[in-house]
Amino acid sequence: MLNVKNIPISAWIGLIITALFLFAAIFAPWVAPYPVGETVGDVWEPMSAKYLLGTDNLGRDLLSRMIYGARITIFIAAMATALSFILGSVLGFTAAVIGGWFDQVMSRFVDLIMAIPTLIFALVVLSVLPSNVVTLILVMGLLDATRVYRLARAVAVDINVMDFVEAAKLRGEGRMWIIFREILPNALTPLIAELGLRFIFAVLFLSALSFLGLGVQPPDADWGGMVKENKEGIVFGIAAALIPAAAIAILAISVNLVADWILNRTTSLKGGRN
Amino acid sequence: MSAPVLKLVAQRIAMGILLLLAVSVLIFAGTQILPGDVAQSILGQSATPQALENLRRDMGLNDPAYVRYLHWLGGILTGDLGTALSSGQDIATSLKERLWNTLFLAFWAAMVSIPLAIILGLLAVRYRNGFVDKLISGLGLASTSLPEFFTGYLLIYFVAVRLQWFPSVSTVYEGMPFGERLSAIALPVTVLTLVVLAHMMRMTRAAILNVMQSAYIETAELKGLSPLQIITRHAFPNAIAPIVNVVMLNLAFLVVGVVVVEVIFVYPGMGQYLVDHVAKRDVPVVQACGLIFAAVYISLNIIADIVAIVSNPRLRHPK
Amino acid sequence: MAKRPVDRSGLLLDIRNLRIEATSYPPGEPPRNVVIVDNVSVKVERGKVLGLIGESGAGKSTIGLSSMCYGRGGVRITGGEVVLNGRDILRGGPKLLRQIRGREVCYVAQSAAAAFNPARKLMDQVTEAALLHRICSKAEAEKRAIGLFKKLGLPNPEKFGERYPHQVSGGQLQRAMTAMALCSEPDLIVFDEPTTALDVTTQIDVLASIKDAIHATNVAALYITHDLAVVAQVADDIMVLRHGKQVEYGDTHQIIKEPRQQYTNQLVSVHHIPHAENNPADAPILSVKNITAAYGGGLVKVLKNVSVDIHLGQTLAVVGESGSGKSTLARAITGLLPPMEGAINFSGRTLSPRLANRTRDDLRELQMIYQMADVAMNPRQTIGTIIGRPLEFYFGMRGRERDARVAELLHKIEMGKGFADRYPAELSGGQKQRVCIARALAAKPKLIICDEVTSALDPLVADGILKLLLDLQKEENVAYLFITHDLATVKSIADAIAVMYRGEVVRYGPKSEVLAPPFDAYTDLLLSSVPEMELGWLEGAMKNRRMASAGN
Repeated sequence: MLNVKNIPISAWIGLIITALFLFAAIFAPWVAPYPVGETVGDVWEPMSAKYLLGTDNLGRDLLSRMIYGARITIFIAAMATALSFILGSVLGFTAAVIGGWFDQVMSRFVDLIMAIPTLIFALVVLSVLPSNVVTLILVMGLLDATRVYRLARAVAVDINVMDFVEAAKLRGEGRMWIIFREILPNALTPLIAELGLRFIFAVLFLSALSFLGLGVQPPDADWGGMVKENKEGIVFGIAAALIPAAAIAILAISVNLVADWILNRTTSLKGGRN
Repeated sequence: MSAPVLKLVAQRIAMGILLLLAVSVLIFAGTQILPGDVAQSILGQSATPQALENLRRDMGLNDPAYVRYLHWLGGILTGDLGTALSSGQDIATSLKERLWNTLFLAFWAAMVSIPLAIILGLLAVRYRNGFVDKLISGLGLASTSLPEFFTGYLLIYFVAVRLQWFPSVSTVYEGMPFGERLSAIALPVTVLTLVVLAHMMRMTRAAILNVMQSAYIETAELKGLSPLQIITRHAFPNAIAPIVNVVMLNLAFLVVGVVVVEVIFVYPGMGQYLVDHVAKRDVPVVQACGLIFAAVYISLNIIADIVAIVSNPRLRHPK
Repeated sequence: MAKRPVDRSGLLLDIRNLRIEATSYPPGEPPRNVVIVDNVSVKVERGKVLGLIGESGAGKSTIGLSSMCYGRGGVRITGGEVVLNGRDILRGGPKLLRQIRGREVCYVAQSAAAAFNPARKLMDQVTEAALLHRICSKAEAEKRAIGLFKKLGLPNPEKFGERYPHQVSGGQLQRAMTAMALCSEPDLIVFDEPTTALDVTTQIDVLASIKDAIHATNVAALYITHDLAVVAQVADDIMVLRHGKQVEYGDTHQIIKEPRQQYTNQLVSVHHIPHAENNPADAPILSVKNITAAYGGGLVKVLKNVSVDIHLGQTLAVVGESGSGKSTLARAITGLLPPMEGAINFSGRTLSPRLANRTRDDLRELQMIYQMADVAMNPRQTIGTIIGRPLEFYFGMRGRERDARVAELLHKIEMGKGFADRYPAELSGGQKQRVCIARALAAKPKLIICDEVTSALDPLVADGILKLLLDLQKEENVAYLFITHDLATVKSIADAIAVMYRGEVVRYGPKSEVLAPPFDAYTDLLLSSVPEMELGWLEGAMKNRRMASAGN
């Protein structure tokens, strides 16, 4: 079904860059030239053969910190996305198939959460919770699950009223068959495309929190935290803060290119024979 | 306006007020997740049990949660947002100036981004699937992926530090001349515009395309109307509602984008104030700011819905 | 106002060697060029009506729109000439096109409900073209419009234009669209399936008013439809099209009485399936007794005290227009909408009203086939899985045994076993419906409910499906509950008929009795509304109808 030749260039670029970032994140200790927390040079040294991306506000090697930062950023974002996806899609599908009071209660509750901007709600909650990785994953995952719930429910409701699902119900099929054999295969492509978009959102959201000083706490640093560490340099004309910021942008764009391609594939499949 | 429209609008507003009330419960509950003790955090670890007990009694901390909630809500409804734990200052007084600054920034960002988004959206439709359309949608894709601080610091680095056209830090103060004020917010307005522009433009494009693909546009074409007449007579009356809707929803985005942008440019607005007090774990300030942000967000959503209701011919001219 | 050039010969539209192409984008393949219309020539003289007829994909709408040099959805006119009033409009440029559109040629779309702008009053839209082309003053145009509303039989013609499109019915909108086309007094009107979306009893009224209006104004017309009986009522000449090519071109009498091409002959003899009526044998297999059902917790009653019987190996046709409750009857029998009152006896036992409480045998013996075959099959399952699932589910068949039975069923529906590995999207409309029939048969049912199973299909394909259903009925001795709005279908397939109107059965009995006079008023109206392939049928039917209403 999937022909490698038909993948457009933009999607290839996205796939390759995403893979590179993933590689760096997984093999950080072997790829990074210097240990992550060690002061190796002067403060804010420029790019050189010794320090490929220069050094940071405490004289640590920026490239090494970027590689370890990729690890933290991608790990937290991926965990939060996984949590939001599993929770959101399971509840969304269940609400669509069961309907009735369960659907009503869940949907009204999600409406309520979504009435508050995500960042604002996260800030409110983070003002009382301890700042650690588990808290971040939970807060990000739970808040984002509302978005996944909405999509999963909408997609499932659309499929649930189609004649082939009615035919399965008339045949006497159980709820499990209907969810996993009739609805899920047809809901998969839009959900996978959404997975990419939710991951980007998680990366951007985590970076924003860390940039505000409310995400990953020192001495660890994700990319957003590194922007915060180095932002004072900008006014002196030192671009160190732009490097982690650019990395976030590049990762987000790459994943976006892949998700966009998957979304287009979905719509062209729907077009069928036309 | 006809009776059913008025009824629907009234219903939507009532729903909005109910939602706001529910949101206030949620925000209050959100800060009660942990059994943290405000008295302890004010007095510090070295406080005597007697002093703690006195403060708790004075602040009503021994009351059950719902009593404290009602007390808080009653205060808000009468304009009393409480006092900040960290500074002991009246929150309402500190917020007034900052809320005004934030709205000033958001207003100008809206003034720039809305016309720009509509013009670009129209261009994208006019040259659909052509170079301009692809360029616009490509830029849109990129800009939704850019974090605010990337564009923000990029602008500071090049425009403020290298070229020195605008200040890198957006200081504003009371009694500042209007022109200087505008110059101070030029960069944050640019960043905010970029934040909402792409999304607003994409949605505008989709809304107009949706109308342009209707059968009645074909009918108009087959009557011999010129493209301009088709747009003004047939497309525009039907496109205005979805576009206003798009604009409102994106203004709601803007309200959130403001938080990060204010921190980047050290702008003395509400977002900066909120972030500072989250770090200080100053719960009353966070609650107040959170509620105000949510209220603005919800109001914009209500306006979007009301526009959709009022402009629907089926509701305006019932059978 | 510039004078229109006039061709003295009386020739209004002369399309020569038209070729129309489009680019299709099949998923996962490079774009492909598709020829939609190939070397077609059409001539229309002043005041004459030419019927364009063909199945879907014949290119008839595309040809119709080419007379206004308009290509829908990226369609390109790549060859030939379209000469209107003596000049080739394909080479006239956009300015000329704007001049002729709405002034010399007007268009009446299939779905008037979508073709009117929801935000503007009907009068503004009806008079827009006349005012745009400065044909007359505003007051005069409105007077003309009111006259047309009257001529087209619209209610309260003086005030009709004050209303918005959503405030009037579908049949009225279709007439308003005709008024819109006639208002600028064009030379030619393109009618694109103007009555297809309407109920039969409405269709004949609209058809008659269109015909009257054409004659009164002496306008020429291109009348596009897939229904030969309809076009025979209005056209002077008919062109039969297939796959974008001309099959036959002649005057109406010749086409319907002495067709020269085999394809035309098939179209003419469509719906003439010989089927002798069976007499009700022993006890009925399904007996519906005094059923009342409602939506919204009893608020909207859609079935009122309905009773019908179906016998093994026979077909009960349930006929009615939209809103008659015929599909609701199917939902009540299947248990999707549990009735409020009444009982359903099936195969000697009483069925539980609710689907959830029925036994597996109840479910197995009562199968259903849907109108839209493409949404009745899971697009992610192969044909083999779709047909094989009931075999697994009801009979526990697995592996080779199941595959063998699937192949056997595919053979029964006249498709090869190679189809087992295909997906529904790779099949044609008729093939999809056949697969749905095979899926129903796989359960070895005693009764199959067929809900408008042929109405989404082209007439010839529909005929094939009906013949298949009749053959299978003989082989498997299965009963059908056949729901349809199409009386022609009923005549070819039914043993017994129930006529439904607003939730009630108004006439019920063996086919021969139901279709024989004396009729009740509604059945009479319904029967007299089905167009017949006869010249002058429309006039006769309208005359009878007027006499009947005068008598009442």
